[in-house]
Amino acid sequence: MASPPQQELRRRSMIAAAATTAAIGTVPAALAQSSAETPPEAAKATTLKVSFTVNGKPRDLELDPRTTLLDALREGMNLTGTKKGCDHGQCGACTVLLDGRRINSCLTLAVMHPGADITTVEGLGTPDRLHPMQAAFVKHDGYQCGYCTPGQICSAVAVLAEIEAGIPSHVTTDLNAKPQLTGAELRERMSGNICRCGAYSNIVDAITEVAGSKA
Amino acid sequence: MKFDTPATTNPIDQLKVVGQPVDRIDGRFKTTGTAPYAYERHDAAPDAAYGHVLGAAIAKGRIQSMDLAAAKAAPGVLAIVTAENAGKLGKGEYNTARLLGGPEIQHYHQAIALVVAETFEQARHAAGLIKVEYAPAKGAYDLAASRDKAKPAGTDDEPADSSVGDFDGAFGAAPVKLDATYTTPDQAHAMMEPHASTAAWNGDKLSLWTSNQMIAWSVGDMAKTLGIAKDRIHLMSPYVGGGFGGKLWVRADALLAALGARAARRPVKVALQRPLMFNNTTHRPATIQRLRIGATRDGTITAIGHDSWSGDLPDGKPETAVLQTRLLYAGANRLTRLRLSELDLPEGNSMRAPGEAPGMMALEIAMDEMAEKLGLDPVEFRIRNDTQVDPESPKRKFSQRQLTECLRTGAEKFGWAARRKPMQARDGRWLVGLGMAAAYRGAPVMKSAARVRLDARGIVTVETDMTDIGTGSYTIIAQTAAEMMGLPLQKVVVRLGDSTFPVSAGSGGQFGANSSTAGVYAACVKLREAVVKKLGLNAADAQFVDGEVRSGSRAIALGDAAKGGELVVEDAIEFGDLAKKYQQSTFGAHFVEVGVDAATAEVRLRRMLVVCAAGRILNPKSARSQVIGSMTMGAGAALMEELAIDARHGFFVNHDLAHYEVPVHADIPHQEVIFLDETDPMSSPMKAKGVGELGICGVAAAIANAIHNATGIRVRDYPITLDKLLKDMPLPA
Repeated sequence: MASPPQQELRRRSMIAAAATTAAIGTVPAALAQSSAETPPEAAKATTLKVSFTVNGKPRDLELDPRTTLLDALREGMNLTGTKKGCDHGQCGACTVLLDGRRINSCLTLAVMHPGADITTVEGLGTPDRLHPMQAAFVKHDGYQCGYCTPGQICSAVAVLAEIEAGIPSHVTTDLNAKPQLTGAELRERMSGNICRCGAYSNIVDAITEVAGSKA
Repeated sequence: MKFDTPATTNPIDQLKVVGQPVDRIDGRFKTTGTAPYAYERHDAAPDAAYGHVLGAAIAKGRIQSMDLAAAKAAPGVLAIVTAENAGKLGKGEYNTARLLGGPEIQHYHQAIALVVAETFEQARHAAGLIKVEYAPAKGAYDLAASRDKAKPAGTDDEPADSSVGDFDGAFGAAPVKLDATYTTPDQAHAMMEPHASTAAWNGDKLSLWTSNQMIAWSVGDMAKTLGIAKDRIHLMSPYVGGGFGGKLWVRADALLAALGARAARRPVKVALQRPLMFNNTTHRPATIQRLRIGATRDGTITAIGHDSWSGDLPDGKPETAVLQTRLLYAGANRLTRLRLSELDLPEGNSMRAPGEAPGMMALEIAMDEMAEKLGLDPVEFRIRNDTQVDPESPKRKFSQRQLTECLRTGAEKFGWAARRKPMQARDGRWLVGLGMAAAYRGAPVMKSAARVRLDARGIVTVETDMTDIGTGSYTIIAQTAAEMMGLPLQKVVVRLGDSTFPVSAGSGGQFGANSSTAGVYAACVKLREAVVKKLGLNAADAQFVDGEVRSGSRAIALGDAAKGGELVVEDAIEFGDLAKKYQQSTFGAHFVEVGVDAATAEVRLRRMLVVCAAGRILNPKSARSQVIGSMTMGAGAALMEELAIDARHGFFVNHDLAHYEVPVHADIPHQEVIFLDETDPMSSPMKAKGVGELGICGVAAAIANAIHNATGIRVRDYPITLDKLLKDMPLPA
């Protein structure tokens, strides 16, 4: 199949056009503070501006301050690879990388992140140029319905970086030693990403393969 | 194509593509986030407004008044749909409760309004401004309390009562007997993609992108509910983020998106909010099950009886938890009974392996208990009571039945011989136990149609309204067409989940894989005939190999047949009475090792293995995934999943993914799946069955039995949580 059945994905039609690189870093610090203000009841809709980088591209957005980072990605930028499974930080389907660390994008507001560097599943690889983690998920059938998959993959990429950086987890026995790349470590660290299809056993196989090829 | 005689040798038997563990053809889209789900159709409906659903805050009663003024005046609001302004609505054939409630309320969180606004945030905010006054009525929410009032109730496929011989007499006379009662709780599908739809009207024609397992059923029910002709509805569901039976029918998101789009005069998209889903949609109903088994001292079952009680809304159906007990084990005297209470909880309905999943949770503990009473190994006890014929009508054979082979293979591979008596095995702080159970699930078939196209490049495109809900339909359908037409997988395009395509079996009841590929087989047989005719070849010796059609000394590129224009054919597989003449079922054997913390009674799964006999396995990679996924859901059923009922107010309290606990990575060990070599010529030209539901049947009982083996504690009420173990835990040595 050359493209997803029944759909040739259009180029992202942006609500806000991609900004020039020069705009990045010039976001006023006051912006983040003003996001805390609640718009008065029944008033005209309030919007705030925010600029950050998504998958290497600078983005300038003007948003309802209540907009989560997740909805900014999905609805504001048409980056629907990041999924909304619960909108309450309970399932992990919305996991993205923010300044190199994973985050549930439904639990944070877009306007809280001026100048951030955000990577979504679309930024890891494309159907014709898969990231090694994406390729390993395909090889090991580490997914079924596919809905939790982008979150699992973003988490998996971050987990390997966390272990590499020596960040311990709940199951790390020796906090003074570098955490080991064990099945128990992977399962513990991946437990914020629910897969109701139950592909866990295969996902661990996929991550283990990618980790092994790095080692 | 009519399938009414056993399959003989056909091109599928070449197994060049079918039966190979190929990667999913949709995998690179799912892993890159480029597969579009129902709420993500910026391409098709770029100006869609956002709908937010308001659910009823009572379980039963009436809405006295709704004040919409503040919501209407809120920023961005475009329309508000309620039962009062929605016009006359019908009820879908497959829905028990209405999808838009009011003024009468039938269950908690029944949708009562949709707020449509320019943005999601505005719609959500405005929905919170609607003021509703209710007149609550008294409802019934307690299955155990209503048990005595339950009435006999069957389904289209299952009678309320079945009886053979003299159960009471034989059970009374049996020297060894068990009479035990088990309970299974209400459970939620909790698929990762919420029920979601995008709706757009063009005049009186509705385009509906919705997350749905059964396209034709849902077109029918949308038409019936809206009161419009079926041909006015174009329903599309190319990607479904999990279903498990929860998306067999249209739900409130689909109806409200359509109504909202009509009211707002622009496309509208609606995803059910996660905290709404558990009470708004359907669930697997709780059961109370009484098992009575009588046997001779050598372990031959002489009497087997199974009563099951469940509840549902008025006009609802029972959970058919006795299904497997009619077929799984021998025994001359038999009795099953289904009883149904009217409850005012949300609608009970199908969830992965309805009937057998909760039924096996009870039956397979009972078998373990019986084996213990008899002093028999539980594997041996099951083998002793295996049968090759339908125990209710011994002239009717199983088409294939390798239960004993599954049990023996599993016992050997798992190291079952190492199992000790209860409380004898210890590994540090862990009490270690081994448990097993049989797996059983019927293998139904459904009529299924497909259209296939051949173009001059030699590319075959398959179109069928079959859905891929994570099951691997795209891939096995591509494998089927590739095998039939002598093509590599890359030369096949599969298009699914669209109501303009021929009607398929759909995804449910583990009938999808076998039925839908058989439909594609039928269409490809017809395409082969059209190709041979077009090329003027001899039909008798024509072979489709490596992109060519070979006949005698000639070899012509397949695409040449379409040089004068695309060849398009359509056919369906229609099943005769082979399924009546022969009982068609799938079998397996689960083996589990658990550790139970000696101090805290925390249960950890250490090893899981299943052996399956389920006909031809069309793709061992995706089939294995189906099985491990089922085992995982079964582990949830064993250890954590339970919709907790507030019996005062009549709703499921733990209605989100933080409180309705499902297994996570840390809960699931490496899982091993062994498929026995099997082809079933009675099932279809594919000689396949299904595996999507087999894996969940029995696994929870295997875990329960392993916990018993570890601790000596027999828990008969699922899920097996710490509180049920702690009070009886053996004192630490």
